[in-house]
Amino acid sequence: MAKYLLLKHYRGAPAAVNDVPMDQWTPEEISAHVQYMNDFAARLEGSGEFVDGQALAPEGTFVRYDGEGRPPVTDGPFAETKDLIAGWMVIDVDSYERAIELAGELSAAPGAGGKPIHEWLEVRPFLTEPPTITE
Amino acid sequence: MDEALLRSLTPSVLGVLVRRGADFAAAEDAVQDALVEAVRVWPADPPRDPKGWLVTVAWRRFIDATRADAARRRREDLLDEEPTPGPAVAVDDTLALYFLCAHPSLTPSSAVALTLRAVGGLTTRQIAQAYLVPEATMAQRISRAKRTVSGVRFDQPGDVATVLRVLYLVFNEGYSGDVDLAAEAIRLTRQLAAAIDHPEVAGLLALMLLHHARRATRTAPDGSLVPLAEQDRSRWDTTSIAEGVEILQAALARDRLGEFQAQAAIAALHADAPTAGETDWVQIVEWYDELARLTDSPVVRLNRAVAVGEADGPRAGLAALAALDKSLPRYAAVAAYLHERDGDQATAARLYAEAAHKAANLAERDHLTRQAARLNAHRRR
Repeated sequence: MAKYLLLKHYRGAPAAVNDVPMDQWTPEEISAHVQYMNDFAARLEGSGEFVDGQALAPEGTFVRYDGEGRPPVTDGPFAETKDLIAGWMVIDVDSYERAIELAGELSAAPGAGGKPIHEWLEVRPFLTEPPTITE
Repeated sequence: MDEALLRSLTPSVLGVLVRRGADFAAAEDAVQDALVEAVRVWPADPPRDPKGWLVTVAWRRFIDATRADAARRRREDLLDEEPTPGPAVAVDDTLALYFLCAHPSLTPSSAVALTLRAVGGLTTRQIAQAYLVPEATMAQRISRAKRTVSGVRFDQPGDVATVLRVLYLVFNEGYSGDVDLAAEAIRLTRQLAAAIDHPEVAGLLALMLLHHARRATRTAPDGSLVPLAEQDRSRWDTTSIAEGVEILQAALARDRLGEFQAQAAIAALHADAPTAGETDWVQIVEWYDELARLTDSPVVRLNRAVAVGEADGPRAGLAALAALDKSLPRYAAVAAYLHERDGDQATAARLYAEAAHKAANLAERDHLTRQAARLNAHRRR
């Protein structure tokens, strides 16, 4: 009964074990990877633990308020951004251990050579509503 | 239309179907269909006997569903000897349902979902909205839960403690949405208390009522937390408090103390104090001692340290705190509070900031950040 964000990075996470850029995989390996991700999400739907999953385009724009009556300032995209989020999955599970277990499975998605990527995923708990009983 | 009445009939209608030989999962689906039908039909055409109406419609739905399956599943024998309704044993049925939906083979989230649907009569959509997950996810969670308990005998007596844990979760982790889960938890616990005579069921009901009584004062209009000491006590719901206290006293008189009665006793002592300054902290410490004996929970010992700090001064509170594990949730928040009361504002500010960093919910984090900011601003002056 707690929600976690499983965060996938384009950049900024420690290097994966099977660290080959996707554009150097074979088309079949890409298909197998996509299939694995879809199956994983379907399995979580089946177990009643799925909340949301989204992928993000690698390039974005920074936006900033520039004062009353003026258009917002935009900048970027920055090639050197340290941290780049690729996408996420939100799960609703009974325990932190379960969240870690699922992130581990997601990290085993196949990559180059059909072998698991062993990609680093970040697991972040959601801040919840406060409990009713505190004292 | 009286939706509360409709929902309160859910467990006994489901019980009738199961007693007539329907399997739990199919019966539960049929009752959901009947509830939906009732919401549609009753406003224009209210039945004279609501429960009878629901049983008839649900049973028809069950038969239709079974017939549709019959060729494959060979259920004709069941249809042929359609049993006459026996004497209504609604109370036992209700109790059996609580046990089934809180069965130890279920995970907490499954037990909560199944209880809200099969006992509470909520729709899957309402439960999904309450827990902020997609409806399809909640539907799967419920159908898996039903499969998990499909082999459990309906009339098998269970452990009341497992049911109480589920109801406590519904109450304590009430999220947003259209359904008031705290009120729903109270309704379900009240219904359970009517079905079984057990001091801990009474204790939990009292605990819920006493906390619910303060609900309107727990948050400011902007959503920020208002600590107990700063709540406007004139706005506490005195009817709810009186009922909680009465239920608690009757339970305590039976001399079978349990953790919910002890927690309720602490809540009652807070409710009883006309101002925060008049709180009987000495008695509250004694109840925390009882609670620690009953549960051996580190969280209880942490709360006890706060109470000791109020009863015997912040130094005594800090001494009680020193024996506890620093990694406990809210440890830093408690330490910050006691250090501030002890006059050490620098340490308190640092600990409030640390506590905010570790807070598990947004309202608490904001509250703790404000405490740190308040002390830092004061020190700069």
